[in-house]
Amino acid sequence: MTPKFKAQAGTFESSDIMVLIEPVSEEAGRQIDISSTVMLQFEDDIKNTINQVLDDLDIQNVHLIAKDKGALTPTIKARVEAAVKRSLGIQEGTM
Amino acid sequence: MARKKRRSMLYIPGNNPAMIQQAGVYGCDAVLLDLEDAVALNQKDAARILVRNMLQTVEFYDTEVCVRVNNMHTPFGLADLEEIVPLQPDNIRFPKTESVQDVKDFMKEVRRIEKEHGIKKPTMTIHVMIETAKGVANVYEIAGADPRIDAITIGGQDLTADMGIVKTPDGVGIDYARKRIVMAGKAHGLDVLDTVFADVNDEEGLREETEYIKKIGFAGKALINPRQVDGVHEVFNPTENEVRKAYRVYSEFIRNKNAGIGVFAIDGKMVDAPVVQRAITVLEYANIDLKEIEESVAS
Amino acid sequence: MKNALGVEIPEYIEGLGELKPFQGVWESIIGDEIPSTNIVRTLKAKKAHTSKLCGDLKEAVQKCNPFDGMTVTFHHHLRGGDGVLMQTIEILDEMGIKDITLASSSLTSAHDGLVPYVEKGMITRIFSSGIRGRLGEIISMGKLKHPAIIHSHGGRVRDILTGRIKPDLSVLAASAADEEGNATGAHGPSAFGSMGYADIDARYSKNVIIVTDNLVDYPCVPGSIRQHFVDHVVKVDSIGDATKIASGTTRITKSPMDLRIARIAATVIEHSGLFKDGMSFQVGAGGASLAVAKFLREDMKRKDIKGSFMIGGVTSYGVDMLNEGLFQAIFDVQSFDAAVSTSVLNNPQHIEITCDQYANPNNCGAMTNKLDVVVLGALEVDVDFNVNVITGSSGEIRGASGGHSDTASGANLSVIVCPSFRGRLPIVKDRVHTIVTPGESVDVIVTERGVCVNPSKPNLAAALKKAGVKVVDINDLKKEVDAMTGVPAEKQLGDKIVALVEYRDGTIIDVIHNVENLS
Repeated sequence: MTPKFKAQAGTFESSDIMVLIEPVSEEAGRQIDISSTVMLQFEDDIKNTINQVLDDLDIQNVHLIAKDKGALTPTIKARVEAAVKRSLGIQEGTM
Repeated sequence: MARKKRRSMLYIPGNNPAMIQQAGVYGCDAVLLDLEDAVALNQKDAARILVRNMLQTVEFYDTEVCVRVNNMHTPFGLADLEEIVPLQPDNIRFPKTESVQDVKDFMKEVRRIEKEHGIKKPTMTIHVMIETAKGVANVYEIAGADPRIDAITIGGQDLTADMGIVKTPDGVGIDYARKRIVMAGKAHGLDVLDTVFADVNDEEGLREETEYIKKIGFAGKALINPRQVDGVHEVFNPTENEVRKAYRVYSEFIRNKNAGIGVFAIDGKMVDAPVVQRAITVLEYANIDLKEIEESVAS
Repeated sequence: MKNALGVEIPEYIEGLGELKPFQGVWESIIGDEIPSTNIVRTLKAKKAHTSKLCGDLKEAVQKCNPFDGMTVTFHHHLRGGDGVLMQTIEILDEMGIKDITLASSSLTSAHDGLVPYVEKGMITRIFSSGIRGRLGEIISMGKLKHPAIIHSHGGRVRDILTGRIKPDLSVLAASAADEEGNATGAHGPSAFGSMGYADIDARYSKNVIIVTDNLVDYPCVPGSIRQHFVDHVVKVDSIGDATKIASGTTRITKSPMDLRIARIAATVIEHSGLFKDGMSFQVGAGGASLAVAKFLREDMKRKDIKGSFMIGGVTSYGVDMLNEGLFQAIFDVQSFDAAVSTSVLNNPQHIEITCDQYANPNNCGAMTNKLDVVVLGALEVDVDFNVNVITGSSGEIRGASGGHSDTASGANLSVIVCPSFRGRLPIVKDRVHTIVTPGESVDVIVTERGVCVNPSKPNLAAALKKAGVKVVDINDLKKEVDAMTGVPAEKQLGDKIVALVEYRDGTIIDVIHNVENLS
């Protein structure tokens, strides 16, 4: 599936992650930009977690921007899922 | 099995990961992960997904975990159930329950979802919230409407709003409702749980209100801040004197029981079943293992 | 060579000399002392009825004949509001003095201005109990010519008495002083309370300048610093930013997590066997550590316990407990808020002490050795109970050793309070980045997810379990937290030693390596 709308989920609070999704053209692939307060320690882990959720939701083409404040894995997964679903227009809750 | 203590039930906003991930360590008896009033209308989806994920991964230790879902008459209620029921938290709390039909409606959905997920022996119990005048009027029937209901609770803010009155610190406006809900709950053997105390900085006010609701029969109180936990526990915890007395009653009871005697006397006062039951409750609140007393009497 | 904790310690460092490896908390004490050389007081003389007053700080500094390679010392009682240290360094720089050894009892956010002086090599050595902010970062990146030495409060006194630090010039700020140099921090517009850290500098420095914004009629009482040690006195318009020096009263944290940890720690103390009449007690000034005092205060009232004394960094909260009769006395080496200054001045049971009396390992009456219970914080702890309070999660210098290892070694019960993780970073590690306080002197680590008791104290663990405290094995706690946060990727540190952590007895307990590309 390919995101249709700009969408976001999460907050800038500590232990949370703000995920923004921008639609891109088909075939554009995934572009994931991460900034994090624990970049040195968890950059790869955050990227892997995001990719896993995108795989599960079958999202191949997307620009995803994540601003992390030390969110745990279940939080990262929840925010990516919420943002993706919002960008697909399949769930209540908007920007 | 000893009934779980529900002295303190801490509301945690369902869209706040920092608080949910620490929910198990605040020392309260139960946490209420809230998808309803603590979540903004445009964040209902995000909170639902977050709570669903957190339920599967966060260590809550021996804290009881309850999820408050949205009312079934909103666009969110059913979606909440679809995500939460399969995970079988300790309980689900239904807000603004007004009638037996309300209970039947949501229990039908609960059972359907459990069946669809192959949950044959569901462990999750149901808490109903009474928050409207109509709910108070129907409370006895509501409390007995389903065997999975094991607690009933009053929502003070919504109830006063529904009654068109202002909630005052003395709680006089909801006093009748409190007492009526207690009676209905007790009649069905349920835990009856009180509403929140909104002023986090008023420790004395919290203590007074907790002492009052304990006296009229509530088993515990909902809280909005971890700082309220200790104060509420202090009120519900038995005093050293009470514990000592209960210990004596229970060990005498076991001694007499072992000797085949039912009713006996301590200090010239008859000890019968209700007195023993009261002693057991005190010992449970004091975290004293009844088995240890039984063994020490036997040896 | 390796020290007792397995850390590779160089035998010699250019510019600092020979190093001795840490052998254990009490191993250096032979008989009644830690054998080492000791220095003698500088002989000073002055003709009768001559004045010590100088027109400005520059004139006073000039009279001290500064020279390349000298050691300049300061106290840190002005904390984040200090204006005197930077003024002095600027004057010395204007005079073209180079290769300076800076020995301040600690360095705070007020000292970020040192960065260019370190970078251009005007300051080449630093001794301090704490280094923070931008200064910590550039030292971590290897910009200081010789490795910085991080000592404890007590260790600094020993460093001066043994000649490891040889103060040539000590510029000591006071909130009130007279023309002869009797000086105090207990009153005046910039009052900051005790002057405990400055005493050793005043006694042993070759040149002592008292700087005050409040020159009072002779004599200045109390004489925290006495005139017979003081060479020059300077009246200045300002010794710093009064609002950052000391303000108001200290408030107990409202953070639910800190309060929860503090509540558990107070319960640990209550069931430690030490919670009885005559107990002595020390807490830190912030977060969970100070909050322990709140719960201890309630518990002491409830159980009618009357303690003996409190020591250390003193807050208004401690003063309240003194005034309520919960303790007999406060021994005050450092005061944390404005309300404390008034108490130091007016209450005879609130006793200003020197850092020598507070924590020097090389005397026969350090208060830390008479302490029952101390509650301390941590940046990291490890499964061997070692504590790091100096380097951050990337290995960068950003904290303070302070009295941590002094109090932990002396107290009957040393309690570390810390969350099990901060912003996804686990606090319990296999090995801390830097050992400041060795696990040998740490008894209990209290986190919100359980209490870890040093295996050397099995009776304590049993007593706490019996009291219903959730006692957990520290290895199990580490596993649990790692499972929740994930295991952080450890950043590779460089090969260059940028700082040495000196244990209180003068041995080297750990080394700090350079960090490349600090973000």
